[in-house]
Amino acid sequence: MSIDIRNLTKRFGKHVAVDGVTITVPSGELVALLGPSRCGKTTLLRVIAGLEDPDAGTVLMNGEDVTHTPARLRGVGFVFQHYALFKHMTVLENIGFSMRVRGRPKEEIEAVANELLNLIRLEGFGARYPSQLSGGQRQRVALARALAAKPNVLLLDEPFGALDAKVRQELRQWLRRLHDEISVTSVFVTHDQEEALEVADRIVVMNRGKVEQEGTPEELFERPKTPFVMSFLGEVNVFHGRAESGKAIVAGTETEFPDHPHGEATAVRGFARPHELDIDRTPREERSLAATVRHVNAAGATVKVELLLKDQQTTVQAHLSRERYQELKLQPGEAVYVVPRQLRIFVDDEDEPKG
Amino acid sequence: MSSRGNEAPWWVRHLLLLWALVFVVVLLVMPMLNVLYEAFLKGPSAYASALADRDTLHAIFLTGTVALISVAVNTVFGVAAAWAVGKYQFPGKSLLITLIDLPFSVSPVISGLVFVLSIGAQSKLGQWLGDRHIQVLYALPGIALATVFVTFPFVAREVLPVMEAVGNEEEEAALTLGASPWQTFRMITLPNIKWGVIYGVLLCTARAIGEFGAVNVVSGGFEGVTDTMSLRIERLYQGYQSQAAFAIASLFLLLAFVTLGIKGIIERRLKATIKEAVRGTGAP
Repeated sequence: MSIDIRNLTKRFGKHVAVDGVTITVPSGELVALLGPSRCGKTTLLRVIAGLEDPDAGTVLMNGEDVTHTPARLRGVGFVFQHYALFKHMTVLENIGFSMRVRGRPKEEIEAVANELLNLIRLEGFGARYPSQLSGGQRQRVALARALAAKPNVLLLDEPFGALDAKVRQELRQWLRRLHDEISVTSVFVTHDQEEALEVADRIVVMNRGKVEQEGTPEELFERPKTPFVMSFLGEVNVFHGRAESGKAIVAGTETEFPDHPHGEATAVRGFARPHELDIDRTPREERSLAATVRHVNAAGATVKVELLLKDQQTTVQAHLSRERYQELKLQPGEAVYVVPRQLRIFVDDEDEPKG
Repeated sequence: MSSRGNEAPWWVRHLLLLWALVFVVVLLVMPMLNVLYEAFLKGPSAYASALADRDTLHAIFLTGTVALISVAVNTVFGVAAAWAVGKYQFPGKSLLITLIDLPFSVSPVISGLVFVLSIGAQSKLGQWLGDRHIQVLYALPGIALATVFVTFPFVAREVLPVMEAVGNEEEEAALTLGASPWQTFRMITLPNIKWGVIYGVLLCTARAIGEFGAVNVVSGGFEGVTDTMSLRIERLYQGYQSQAAFAIASLFLLLAFVTLGIKGIIERRLKATIKEAVRGTGAP
């Protein structure tokens, strides 16, 4: 079931949590709402679920307006960050809850609940209470409980946020596989860009209640439309420069910059990810930037080098392949040259991510 | 960490302990023993016949009825008020919280007087009721009304913190799972606040049974008709029937010990509920 959100606005007092958001979630896809804390992503999810009333805009499910449909009639499964399991019910009773309130016969409830218990690999845990489970187990029960209602749409609010790193990693791979199996339209909220890039079919990046950019993980990573998306989706190096008359000069290189065709100069920033920087011992071309090696971390699949640029007194990070590193044999304190292979240039504004 | 109090000289510790003991014995134990002594002064049969007196039995019955009404009314009101205050934001919320506490800060005698003045024969409401031959004041409805007022805050006060600690998430989960508001309340909210409600009911009951001041003003003092247990004790005592008065008082004593016992058990459950609600979200 597809979800269409049109011009949605939600305020809390004077704070505008969601500010005129329009997005589409195609049927059967797994979409991530990604952004820093308080960017409105959780509020948007709660509006889709019917747990919050929007101030303006519409929510459509399969083209049908559900903006004012109560939560219990929307057919959404909601998974909370802190699980929200019913403390006084066993695991099996938790999973069977949606069927019980619909008056399904006991045998059916038990059969379906046990089936879901197998799906979340918690066979034999049915008689336990939530307090007797680990965090990861609780979240799986919460997911099974949501699935038991046969939802048209699955909504997950920071589902792995309260878990430790290893369990989080396992669970998100499991969620991805599960989604491939049952392919129910799903939206999950996260502030972890790695999680979004790894799990989602599509990502919606939000900032200050607005959508910054929407697309596949690859599109967002390779072609970010704003400095915010660029910086939020991974490590970046920033080079300051200026632009005028359709040309930008950043890091000693002049490039075409049609975004600023005006005659008067304006400040711009060029962004390059650490793996997009090359290091040479000699100035390969005129745009090479002189720098000093400050620190080398060779533990890992890529070698991380921290450098100090001579002209700007700024620090940059470069990631080299192990082969290239062995060729160069870099030592801290050595003078080298840095070349950004690719620069994404944006006119300076205040849109820096805070989180 | 050892407590610094242990470093006080031995004689200070002993003196403090002695003082506390004297205090408890003189102010609590001796009066209690005296109640029992006076109650059984003329032997067990006199004790039994004092309690079997027709007017006394009626007083016990009346007290029970009034307590039942107050607890029922205040439980419904208390849960509803705690629900409204604990789950929703609305204008006048802090005023409502203040108003719930009002009976705590008004002397029970004054509360009784307020009812006498507002529904007595001189008031408009009293005249209206009188015209229709509805007896409120100086009858069971008046006594129940005054008791309800005095015991008004107990359930709400106990349920509210539990409601706030437990939060909204489980109810939201129930709603998204297709439960109706009533199913959500019955299957999720009520089990979660259960111990708070029971604790409030216990305190409310104890207070309702023991109420004197407010009831004294609105009862009108018709012997064997509007006397509750506490009023009956006073009447007997004033009439130089102190043994009978103390016999009823011994019932209060018994009730107090039962209440204390139950209170201890419930308090433990209540603390566990709140602790689990606060922790509930983290790993075990």
